[in-house]
Amino acid sequence: MAHPAQRRWYPIAFAVALLVLLPLSVLLFSWHEVDRQIWAHLWQTQLMRLIGNTLMLVLGVGIGVTLLGVSLAWLTSLCEFPGRRWLDWALMLPFAIPAYVLAFVFVGLLDFAGPVQSLMREWFGADLRLPRVRSTGGVITVLILVFYPYVYLLARNAFLAQGKGLMEAARVLGLSPWSAFWRVALPMARPAIGAGLALAIMETLADFGAVSVFNFDTFTTAIYKTWYSFYSLTSATQLASLLLLAVMLVLYGERRARGAVRPVSERPRGKALYQLKGAQALAASVWCGLVFACAFVIPVLQLLVWFWQRGRFDLDERYTGLILHTLYLGGIAASVTVGVALLLAFARRMAPTRLMRTTVGLANLGYALPGSMLAVAIMLAFSYLDRQLVIPLSDWLGGAGKPLLLGSLSALLLAYLIRFMAVAYGPLENSLARIRPSLPEASRSLGVGGVGLFFRVYLPLLVPGALSAALLVFVDVLKEMPATLLMRPFGWDTLSVRVFEMTSEGEWARAALPALTLVLVGLLPVIGLIRRSARRIG
Amino acid sequence: MQASKRLFAALTLTALAGAVQAADEVVVYSSRIDELIKPVFDAYTAKTGVPVKFITDKEAPLLARLKAEGENTPADMLITVDAGNLWQAEQEGVLKPLQSAVIAQNIPAQYRSSTGSWTGLSLRARTIVYSTERVNPSELSTYEALADKNWEGRLCLRTSKKVYNQSLTATLIETHGAAKTEEIVKGWVNNLATDVFADDTALIQAIDAGQCDAGIVNTYYFGRLHKQQPDLKAKLFWPNQADRGVHVNLSGAGVTKYAPHAEQAQQLLEWMTTEEAQGLFAGLNQEFPANPQIAPSAEVAAWGVFKADSIPLEVAGKRQAEATMLMDRAGWN
Repeated sequence: MAHPAQRRWYPIAFAVALLVLLPLSVLLFSWHEVDRQIWAHLWQTQLMRLIGNTLMLVLGVGIGVTLLGVSLAWLTSLCEFPGRRWLDWALMLPFAIPAYVLAFVFVGLLDFAGPVQSLMREWFGADLRLPRVRSTGGVITVLILVFYPYVYLLARNAFLAQGKGLMEAARVLGLSPWSAFWRVALPMARPAIGAGLALAIMETLADFGAVSVFNFDTFTTAIYKTWYSFYSLTSATQLASLLLLAVMLVLYGERRARGAVRPVSERPRGKALYQLKGAQALAASVWCGLVFACAFVIPVLQLLVWFWQRGRFDLDERYTGLILHTLYLGGIAASVTVGVALLLAFARRMAPTRLMRTTVGLANLGYALPGSMLAVAIMLAFSYLDRQLVIPLSDWLGGAGKPLLLGSLSALLLAYLIRFMAVAYGPLENSLARIRPSLPEASRSLGVGGVGLFFRVYLPLLVPGALSAALLVFVDVLKEMPATLLMRPFGWDTLSVRVFEMTSEGEWARAALPALTLVLVGLLPVIGLIRRSARRIG
Repeated sequence: MQASKRLFAALTLTALAGAVQAADEVVVYSSRIDELIKPVFDAYTAKTGVPVKFITDKEAPLLARLKAEGENTPADMLITVDAGNLWQAEQEGVLKPLQSAVIAQNIPAQYRSSTGSWTGLSLRARTIVYSTERVNPSELSTYEALADKNWEGRLCLRTSKKVYNQSLTATLIETHGAAKTEEIVKGWVNNLATDVFADDTALIQAIDAGQCDAGIVNTYYFGRLHKQQPDLKAKLFWPNQADRGVHVNLSGAGVTKYAPHAEQAQQLLEWMTTEEAQGLFAGLNQEFPANPQIAPSAEVAAWGVFKADSIPLEVAGKRQAEATMLMDRAGWN
């Protein structure tokens, strides 16, 4: 039974969950009529293959991002080797590259007609055949390279927060670095790794841009095909609701696996724990450098080449507007989303009841859907509200009786909030959980409570987590395409809109200009944040 | 006092002027991208003083938005690529049937809706492109012949998820019936040299690089690539000249059913079928003007004249779902 003090948090959590559930209920209501012909067709010709493809993709990307993210985080946060200082933050940079951009760079560079294979044919003769680039392995590789930063960022924060006491205790007790990693550091970082992995898997399930560059059919591409080719938005939303179910299972699994492990916070370490020497140091440098090169340096170089060949002719004063719109949307959406997610995280902490857990879980579901599907569901929900609520209300008040929500900036920001809530919530919940209850208790006993408690105790401790959350949301909003396309007010074109316009015409080389600008704009906060968090802890 | 009254009057006038200006504009939802329509709108605004506001997105989301907004929509006009999409918009009841003598005079009937709900503005042929190094044009004849055994391992196709291929297949079904069409499509899939491509440009580049010998693409993709790479080792071929002609598709527009500025929208649409706009609209993208009175650009004219399939393009919409299912069954991904 909830305590009265706990119940005070309910209205806030319910309101947020309601906002997210509004578009999701659009998906559920789609089941009132079923087009048997489309379902029979999908079942006979597509579904098994698509589910197989999707499982393979999720499995491959899941394993890949965990291996990459954890190994890189371990090396950069606990070891010392040449290049560690800059690789530490540089390894976060690939996060600024949208999945669809890496996909078209990868295919453009390595496919049969691309520069690499053309050059090799020139050198070694025309019979040379490389393994197929547009293949399952290819698409998995690309998605690993764009999504590993989720695991890296969260695992790195967790390893750094573990402090020196524990690992030194492990060493004193005779554990080798390897077994200390397996038996102490890894289990303790598991919630953070799980949260990062869950984000990566949700992104993978919802991805449409990258898989369509590879023409790799997944469950999500089937949703779009049903909508675009069979003109059945209803059947498409039905498929999307099934995808949502799968995501709920993933999230449930993540919560279960997280189990009773509680993240703790200790005194931060002063310096690295393990000084790598010789071959070990070399291997560490090479491994981190290789990932950085493949995920960031090579794609950015290719974008620069394309920019020089084609994109520079498109550069005009309109880019000022595009960049400003992009920054403005990203900045506001990041602050709003982090603010609301913080409320949710507090509600969850102050009133840890089963009802609250469920409510918060529901409020985080928006991330899991393919962007366009969610965008269209939000659009339908808003236009419903406009019809049923806004227009009658405005008529009654003697106003113009015009729809206010759809096509307004606030509707777009709400859409971002719904979509990226989970991204902000994960890091916030994690850093909130690290604040031991004894701390606020002590401060209350010293007479600091309420607002003062928040600003003087919680906030300083939450700043790193909140900044990570804000960064993730900011960069995700920059890259976001479908909701921006569908709901932007007139004249609010952003960089990702420009990327869409170029890639939708197959003009990859010209898409390099907006893509590169997008990466640069996204980089600034990434670098700022990473350097800051490195200073704070290191 | 006097001053504040004057200020009030001035403010009211400004507000009114703003309202008047807002009443005299056209709002467009377009799946044709910014750089292929904005110059046309700019020319219209320069000529008439009527501003044109627009957003771009894919057809399906725009159509969903138009439907959801219903009579509250701010949109006056919908512009799409592919006739199938326009047909679908008409079916969904978001377009207004127009009686326009200007459009009827400028655009041939096969490129318009039979109810007057939409009209084509520019045409593109979906035709055969071949390698000038490995293919003698005499080997080529029809779309159907690309399914023959002698093309095994030589053909490149774009994904069946693209509406252009669905429309092409839809017209094949209309011509040959479903069974024969499925045979043809299976033949194509069987002849593929590599996995299908995500876009036409990559396909032409694959032919240029030697990965395959022939493929099916929209003419303007070839035009764009050829402009960048004049030494392209690929050429266009006009198939089916002895029978029905080359498959032609269009980019077009219709006025929305609940257009707040219906009259202005119709004026804009009519203007877009006239000489000045047609040259611009088609020329921006190396397309053929839908108005036969207007000559295509020199680049486009250089590809030569051809006989176009005269099938009404509504077929592309009517049979789109059927065509997609057929392509799925034939294993065209």
